Amino acid sequence: MSQAQETAAPQPAAPRPDAGKTGATSRGQEVLREIMGGGVVISVLAVLLAFIVGAVLIAVTDPDVQKVSAYFFARPSDTFQAIWHAVGGAYQSLFQGAIYDTARPDFASGIQPLMNTLSVSTPLIFGGLGIALGFRIGLFNIGGQGQILIGGAVAGWLAWSFPMPFPLGLIVAILGGIAGGAVWAGLVGWLKAQTGAHEVIVTIMLNYIAFYLISFLLRTPGALQAKGSNNPKSPAIPTGAQLPALLGTRYAVTWAFVLAVAAVVVYWWLMNRSSLGFRFRAVGENPNAARTAGIGVDRMYIYGMAIAGGFVGLAGVNQVLATNTGGFSSGFDAGIGFNAITVALLGRSRPLGVLIAGLLFGALQSGGYLMQAANGIPVDIVLIVQSLIVLFIAAPPLVRAIFGLPKPGVAPRRARRALAKEAKA
Amino acid sequence: MKLELRGITKRFGSLTANDRISLTVEPGEIHCLLGENGAGKSTLMNVLYGLYQADEGEILLDDVVQHFSGPGDAMKAGIGMVHQHFMLIPVFTVAENVMLGHEQTRGLGRLDLPAARARVREISARFGFDVDPDAVVEHLPVGVQQRVEIIKALSRDAKVLVFDEPTAVLTPQETDELMDVMRRLKEQGTGIVFITHKLREVREVADRITVIRLGKVVGEASPTAGNTELASLMVGRAVELTVHKEPAQPVDSGLTVNGLTVLDAAGAKVVNDVSFEVRGGEILAIAGVQGNGQTELTEALLGLQAKVEGSIELDGVELAGRSVRQVLDAGVGFVPEDRNEDGLVGEFSIAENLMLDRSSGAPFVRGGNVQTKALNAFAEEKLKEFDVRAASIQTPVGRLSGGNQQKVVLARELSRELRLFVAAQPTRGLDVGSIEFVHKRIVAARDAGVPVIVVSTELDEVAALADRIAVMYRGGIVGIVPGDTPRDVLGLMMAGEHHTSEGEAA
Amino acid sequence: MTAATPAAPRPSTGPIALAVVRARSWKVPIALSVFALGAVVLFIGFAAKGRTDFRFSQSSDFFRIPDLTVAAGPVAVVLAIVAVVMAAASWAIVVRGRRVHPWFTAVFAAVFMAGFLTWAAAGEQLPFTALLLGAVTLSVPLVFGALGGVIGERAGVVNVAIEGQLLGGAFCSALVASATGSMTLGLVAAAVAGVLVSFILAAFAIKYLVDQVIVGVVINVLVTGLTNFGYTSILSADPEHLNRRMTLPNLPIPLLSDIPIIGPVLFDHTIIVYIAYVAVAAVWFGLFHTRWGLRVRAVGEHPQAADTVGIDVNRTRFWNVSLAGAIAGLGGAFFTLGSVGIFTEQMTAGQGYIALAAVIFGRWDPIRATLAALLFGFATNLQNILGIIGSPVPSEFLLMLPYVVTIFAVAGLVGKSRAPAADGKPYVK
Repeated sequence: MSQAQETAAPQPAAPRPDAGKTGATSRGQEVLREIMGGGVVISVLAVLLAFIVGAVLIAVTDPDVQKVSAYFFARPSDTFQAIWHAVGGAYQSLFQGAIYDTARPDFASGIQPLMNTLSVSTPLIFGGLGIALGFRIGLFNIGGQGQILIGGAVAGWLAWSFPMPFPLGLIVAILGGIAGGAVWAGLVGWLKAQTGAHEVIVTIMLNYIAFYLISFLLRTPGALQAKGSNNPKSPAIPTGAQLPALLGTRYAVTWAFVLAVAAVVVYWWLMNRSSLGFRFRAVGENPNAARTAGIGVDRMYIYGMAIAGGFVGLAGVNQVLATNTGGFSSGFDAGIGFNAITVALLGRSRPLGVLIAGLLFGALQSGGYLMQAANGIPVDIVLIVQSLIVLFIAAPPLVRAIFGLPKPGVAPRRARRALAKEAKA
Repeated sequence: MKLELRGITKRFGSLTANDRISLTVEPGEIHCLLGENGAGKSTLMNVLYGLYQADEGEILLDDVVQHFSGPGDAMKAGIGMVHQHFMLIPVFTVAENVMLGHEQTRGLGRLDLPAARARVREISARFGFDVDPDAVVEHLPVGVQQRVEIIKALSRDAKVLVFDEPTAVLTPQETDELMDVMRRLKEQGTGIVFITHKLREVREVADRITVIRLGKVVGEASPTAGNTELASLMVGRAVELTVHKEPAQPVDSGLTVNGLTVLDAAGAKVVNDVSFEVRGGEILAIAGVQGNGQTELTEALLGLQAKVEGSIELDGVELAGRSVRQVLDAGVGFVPEDRNEDGLVGEFSIAENLMLDRSSGAPFVRGGNVQTKALNAFAEEKLKEFDVRAASIQTPVGRLSGGNQQKVVLARELSRELRLFVAAQPTRGLDVGSIEFVHKRIVAARDAGVPVIVVSTELDEVAALADRIAVMYRGGIVGIVPGDTPRDVLGLMMAGEHHTSEGEAA
Repeated sequence: MTAATPAAPRPSTGPIALAVVRARSWKVPIALSVFALGAVVLFIGFAAKGRTDFRFSQSSDFFRIPDLTVAAGPVAVVLAIVAVVMAAASWAIVVRGRRVHPWFTAVFAAVFMAGFLTWAAAGEQLPFTALLLGAVTLSVPLVFGALGGVIGERAGVVNVAIEGQLLGGAFCSALVASATGSMTLGLVAAAVAGVLVSFILAAFAIKYLVDQVIVGVVINVLVTGLTNFGYTSILSADPEHLNRRMTLPNLPIPLLSDIPIIGPVLFDHTIIVYIAYVAVAAVWFGLFHTRWGLRVRAVGEHPQAADTVGIDVNRTRFWNVSLAGAIAGLGGAFFTLGSVGIFTEQMTAGQGYIALAAVIFGRWDPIRATLAALLFGFATNLQNILGIIGSPVPSEFLLMLPYVVTIFAVAGLVGKSRAPAADGKPYVK
């Protein structure tokens, strides 16, 4: 087929005036527009919007609100009061469960929830980095669950099969976990490179395969099952391979969190400074151009998936060596594989973004449990809020429309790309 | 039916693609719309066809103002369009494509395919087309696909037919046949708008010519007007169609391609036993109609094709079977024919694009780290040297105009030490100024002693650059002839007629 | 392998005669050989002892077919040998440059399966009818989900949200049926719930141009959250009125249901199963023989071309994604009204993803996708039944089967699949 000689969208013959050419005077305006129209404000508003929807759900399902709304027209103030009470109480619990519990006697026990949040965030950050790396290279890795299961299982198996003193056992187990996740995800990259198999389908399928594989191994004596037990559960992790508490045993946070922050730095270096990351990004943005420029696209898919799987495998390591040290059963991934997708999306696949998104969702989860215990609101509200945040963030025009924000000068990146594609077609 | 456009204005943001354009097409008249790439011809036709809404102005049919909110309205009013990129569903049959959008049905809501087949046959018979209504479109050659497009428009009783750059994909002979079809349509009273930038075609069939430039009507011309007159109207100044260059000083070493065959995924020989050589200091132009294996040939040279037989020897080093990386490292510079698709990463900055093909190792990578300082200095220098108009080296390439994008590609490819330079369709879609710049650079590479291959479907470009010309047809090289070979000879070769040439006899 | 002579000028309207080197596909022989090897290892290496008793009839049947009892060991060995011979034959076929006919593969599959059942059920009774009946039953939600997937993707919108549509359908059918006492309304509610989920998908994918896979995945999380939340805070609060156990009655079709084996397997079901039969036929007929189908496929293959003939691409996509949601949502009612009667948290358990696999395995064709769904249902039920009679194969491996098969399918080992050309690509003028 012939190429576009004259495209459907206009391609002016004369050099187009570039956005930045307007000179230094409008520089400040531009920054302002970037902030107002772009990422940060939309992100904040998306989170706000999701919380509002959550509040509506809390209000309509609250028994007290239901009771007083029966006579809403007689005394509307009762209803509003009940709503305020229900929603306010719920979000207060959320805060107390996630950041600081004002009901505790001293500061040291008051920040226990925050420490808990850090601990819950840890696997989300690991997982989020892995999924984010996939996004940057143009791959949609839905296989977090499988990579966590395999990575965690390898780490655990190494830990109890080769007992070693601390920290040797720990290091071996961590490396094993990374390798496990890397192999399981690298398989996806290999299949894509070899056969063009779509990674979305393959990763979903590998989740189930990993789950059944681990289930089988957990009930097979001599494999992952604890000796002398009939339960489908692994042995406990020897202390030489456990991730130790970071700030003493009264806090849930372990050294895994430090590892997660280190992983964020590694991810930053990889994507923003290294030559490998440059090639990953080139493949992600335009695989054809990358191939033409001598970048081995297939090899990048394999490397990229393997490294992504290594990051996700660390989430499995965290689950086995820090969270379930008493032994794990087949559901130890705890849905982190899927939550990690929302973390990567909210964090826009940027290192700092993933860190913040991981902390936010960690806070939501750890606060959600208190909300359930104290206010009787199902913890699933967290899932709702989390997915809504991601949906809103993905659709800036919707958020702008809801809050009546002005349209930014440039079309959203995705739309622009779609336009360019159409023009080319 | 008489078609009239009055003061059509269409803006995209700050850009005015059409500025108060007016024209009239009488029934039984061929009205040529002549203009450069990007002059706004297609935009105008998309307004006429209801795909875009005009910001100002009106469309009249037989002096009645029309309001088209979509192509459906335009079709109902009797306007048909033969699109430059055929608007056919590849996996559908001819009959299905023709009926799509105005399907007739039988009992149970079943599609009335027999009626559609009959319609295809009837229209085919009227124009002497040989089109099987049950053939699947993707299996048909482009010439036939274009006829399906014409049948599609006529099956909706189009009174005015718009042909948008219809000859870009045709051989000169197929083009002649199309001209005949247009004349027959005209005899039957159909009004025709013929959009093109090829002067020869205009003068052959046009009853009236309107020239547009930068979105404005710049004049009307009569079909008897000379080439130079039309060209200068179109471009806005006297055009020097040839590039000034000294006679070639070829050296002995260079590229030797022997028995090169490329198979596509389905096993078809898209390049068939091709042999040629290019010596340092000369430009070999590869001419031919789009889709005759030129793309695959250049991709095979670069190592992008999977199934390649034969040998590609550059200065005695075998390149066939090597990876793209190894080929690039052997000193091959490559300008792909679709720069947005294959040449640049739109979201990357100019600087990043300049290191795209040296993404591992010196000079931009050391110890796995990208050397940002070295890269930026390099980018600043190239920005000046190649006159890339951009705010800074950090501007994403996707925001540049086509000409500036192509300069970035050239800057990257020409700043390595080259032993071979391959440029595929190097000026496609560019404005005249950029074309001149690109051509000068290509000639400069030749004069520096590099063997150069230029692939082009535009005979003007071939004539301007080539020291020798190889013509491709259906995967093979029909012949290799000197750079000053007359156009009609080249035209015949492009249709597959053999030409015994000095190049091959040697 | 004759090369076309480029020199010969041909009439320009003739088809381009590029020389084609016939690519031989070794995939079928390789796949058959792997299975044949498996047969040898299992059936001969781990030889079965005792007899296998295939039971074809139930006591209630009008006609009775006598049971078939065979000596497991020898029969399995014989069938393994047949499998090896057939695999070898497939190599010979391909070496001669011909294609392996699909029927050949089908017969091979039947031989392998017969051998496997004989071997796996050695010393036991294998309730053959129950095996097939369960396969049909278990595949019903997959069929609905797959049809929803086929329609969505044929129109150019990747429907990863099948899981959410099933789950939403299950929740609403239980809620509405319990609250109103009408199971018909429950079915309607299931379809409506599916449509509502589709609206989210359509809005974000079509209007806001968000990546469709991302929207689909996130929607599944959202619906899981919503139904879990609703289950805990609404349904559980008053199960008597909001989540009552209600199941649709079986409606045996007169005469047809009396046919041995086929009758109980196919014609003694609830209304939902019959709706599935009708839906498969209707979607197939509609997609390939009506104006609706022509337009849906046009929009999914080449939206711009559809636009130029006056078809409103995004509206077509929107309504067809909604229709897809309605069908998939209806499938959700199978989990509640069609089987267990009440809603429980996350009761769809990833079936939506298997349905998606069936869509791809079935190459975006409603009939093939249904067959894929049946295959997956069969694998699951085989695991159930072998689990009961005690099987030499760990149940987890049978449960893995659909997923492994799907990976092979997308890796192109089971035949080349080609998605609609514009699948997953938003249309912007």
